[in-house]
Amino acid sequence: MTGIDALAARLRAAIGSRRVLTDRQQLRTYECDGLAHYKVIPALVALPGTAEQVAAVVRECAAAGVPFVARGSGTGLSGGALPHADGVLIVTSQLREILDVRPEDERAVVQPGVINLQVTKAATPHGYYYAPDPSSQQICSIGGNVAENSGGAHCLKYGFTTNHVTGLEVVTPDGDLVRLGGPAPDTPGYDLLGAFVGSEGTLGVATEVTVKLTRLPETVRTLLAAFGSTDQAGAATSAIIAAGVVPAAIEMMDALAIEAAEAAVRCGYPAGAGAVLIVELDGPAAEVDAQFDEVSALCAAHGAFETRIAADDTERALIWRGRKSAFAAVGRISPDYIVQDGVIPRTALPEVLRRIGEVAAEHGVRVANVFHAGDGNLHPLVLFDDTVPGQADRAETVSGAILDLCIEHGGSITGEHGVGVDKARYMPRMFSDADLDTMQLVRCAFDPDGIANPGKVFPTPRLCGERPGRRQGAHPLHEQDVAEVF
Amino acid sequence: MGVLDELTTKAGGEDAVGGVPARLVAAPRDTTEAAALISAAQGLSVVIRGGGTKLDWGVPPRELDLIIDTRRLTGVVEHAAGDLITVVRAGTPMAELHDLPGQQLALDAPPAATAGGTVAANASGPRRLRYGTARDLLIGITVVRPDGTITKAGGKVVKNVAGYDLGKLYTGAFGTLGLITECVFRLHPVPAAAIFVRATAPPGHAARVLAGQFAASACEVNAAPGAEPELAVLLEGTPAGVRERAAAVAELLDGEVSGTAPEWWDVLPWPDGGVGIKLTGRLSQVPALVATAVGAGATVRGSAGAGVLYAGFPPDGEGADAVVEAGRAVELLRAAAVRACGHAVVLTAPDGVRDTLDMWGPVPGLELMRRVKDQFDPHYRFAPGRFVGGI
Repeated sequence: MTGIDALAARLRAAIGSRRVLTDRQQLRTYECDGLAHYKVIPALVALPGTAEQVAAVVRECAAAGVPFVARGSGTGLSGGALPHADGVLIVTSQLREILDVRPEDERAVVQPGVINLQVTKAATPHGYYYAPDPSSQQICSIGGNVAENSGGAHCLKYGFTTNHVTGLEVVTPDGDLVRLGGPAPDTPGYDLLGAFVGSEGTLGVATEVTVKLTRLPETVRTLLAAFGSTDQAGAATSAIIAAGVVPAAIEMMDALAIEAAEAAVRCGYPAGAGAVLIVELDGPAAEVDAQFDEVSALCAAHGAFETRIAADDTERALIWRGRKSAFAAVGRISPDYIVQDGVIPRTALPEVLRRIGEVAAEHGVRVANVFHAGDGNLHPLVLFDDTVPGQADRAETVSGAILDLCIEHGGSITGEHGVGVDKARYMPRMFSDADLDTMQLVRCAFDPDGIANPGKVFPTPRLCGERPGRRQGAHPLHEQDVAEVF
Repeated sequence: MGVLDELTTKAGGEDAVGGVPARLVAAPRDTTEAAALISAAQGLSVVIRGGGTKLDWGVPPRELDLIIDTRRLTGVVEHAAGDLITVVRAGTPMAELHDLPGQQLALDAPPAATAGGTVAANASGPRRLRYGTARDLLIGITVVRPDGTITKAGGKVVKNVAGYDLGKLYTGAFGTLGLITECVFRLHPVPAAAIFVRATAPPGHAARVLAGQFAASACEVNAAPGAEPELAVLLEGTPAGVRERAAAVAELLDGEVSGTAPEWWDVLPWPDGGVGIKLTGRLSQVPALVATAVGAGATVRGSAGAGVLYAGFPPDGEGADAVVEAGRAVELLRAAAVRACGHAVVLTAPDGVRDTLDMWGPVPGLELMRRVKDQFDPHYRFAPGRFVGGI
């Protein structure tokens, strides 16, 4: 019996045979997440039904020294839930109960497999909702949101997952069930909750999540403004922020992204636009009305040649449909594409967009820009045709160059998709060895054996207990084939 | 002369923390000098001092060789108004950050408190309801680790998920993980108008404000034995919008609209030498927490909208009586906090009383916290014993 067979037998005994998959065809279902060009078939899949079962699985992994990877709905775009070939994939889809909704405390308690939008649906009858709204909110899970610190179009005003989670129950990499935070704010001690959210599954598995519920706004108003160029739209964005307005969302699409969206969903954006801005304001009616007039005036002053105001929810949905379909829509105008995710200071927008255009032209690649303009979170879509020799490589070069532009302008290599397996190699461009070593200190506190989602986030794992800053030659973990470098 | 001799001076009479005198004091001028100092100070126990406004918070250090003072680590390095961010050195007084041109760091703290100290103590005030706390507003940080390594986390953009969010780990860590030398904060525009509504009303009425469509920036309670409880609500926004909402809140609470805050606004409810306790709990349990604390003789203030309250007891007699009284009050409030699914932390208490109290109370996840401390500061030299569980 191999090590994995023995582990499978122990897992079956611990959580039941139907919760352990070892059939290769079944395992193949889980070979990738939303970043489908990385594929690894896991050694086995566990589908625990309770937090205790998650803990049991992790304990068995720890005892056997086998790595594990947690996976929610598998919508992640950085390969964070990419399985480990010799490891266990812990799928949280069986943990999908909303345990408690308490509008009087502005909290809900949910299991990690609960779908993001379901939380809002459960809270809406009480006049509340769950604010973080990633584009995949109809299918992504709260556990995945916690791992990735997911954002969304409205995080400009409302913040990210980390600002909306107050408590977690987690299984640590040695298999202990630990509570971090709770329903009340400011739990004494280190903010381990804050370190855990966004740690991409490298510190353990969340098994219960306490989230804040936000009061539904009295009024929501949405405007679509068409500009001749992204420069004009960017200037309008800056002017809105400079005026002291904090919209719920400011989104921008350039001409190529608009073309794709039109082809896919016929959203009817103004013809001939070089860029469109979607601005949404929410809050008390009197505030929103006053600010809305200001935003309309600022758009006009910066060259908007057409402004549409959603008269009702249907018209609002139509405006958003173009934006939300943009990624998928790009498939209509290009057989293959890379979705990049980088952040720049908002004020660098015109400069960086120009540079992206230059880099793309230099390499003969088209780039469509769809992004959260309010917080400088770019999502350039680098288009290519994999059947044309060399195009994929050129697209990859352009995509990497865009990240360099982000770093050069004081930004970040990821605003919401995470580092995962895809961007681990870029981490040293943004952080020094000392910075990465410091993150490893936290990793070593939680996971001294390095079995929680190894190979993600960090380019070169440091052996816990090793002295920092003295690495030379090949890392011992690589030599032993314990760690991989991507 | 060694680096340590060059960078430190002999401590004076005022250089003590929680009654424990230091031997040496140093005030590094920048991150590099701070790193040189800390590298040279291996083997010494260290406490960091900012504006000193909360130096009496927490447990006194087990031992103290060196106070690192941040009074020379000051200044706004960058204020990128268009990006709504600022980069500041840790010793910069909060007064400077409350008043940037057209913008503000929306973190309530005494003017003399420093940016780094406010982060390290995780201090917050009434406006946390709208703007969040240090953990929400801090987007980047530079820290010198106890081994002298300079390290950064986060960055200068608000939206950023690259690597662990270590800014949150340092926030509220009471200087046990290293010296914060620089902070990057998210800023907010200064609102065009701000109005208060003041009412004599039970704490339970705060729930009506929260359930309404008023988007209050703060909702504060003030209660004391033998006095009518009060609520005060801060509304911010456009002049017309604020007037309209304030009128509606005033009607709801049978209160009055006022251009100024009540005198108790953002004032911690204990005098020097008193006992100060931070109480947290579920929002729906705020009225019960207030009632228990007032019943125990405390003045209570805090954010009814966020579930964070402060209970203060005046200096009460001397010696054994005071010790017994304080112990009884802490026990009572801790039980109430547990019922509310929150915590009761003794922030400060007079010398003599403090030593008899479990100031932090029970803390979930303590074992993991020790493991984090072991990694960052294996010899427990930074703020030894001041934090939870003797960390």
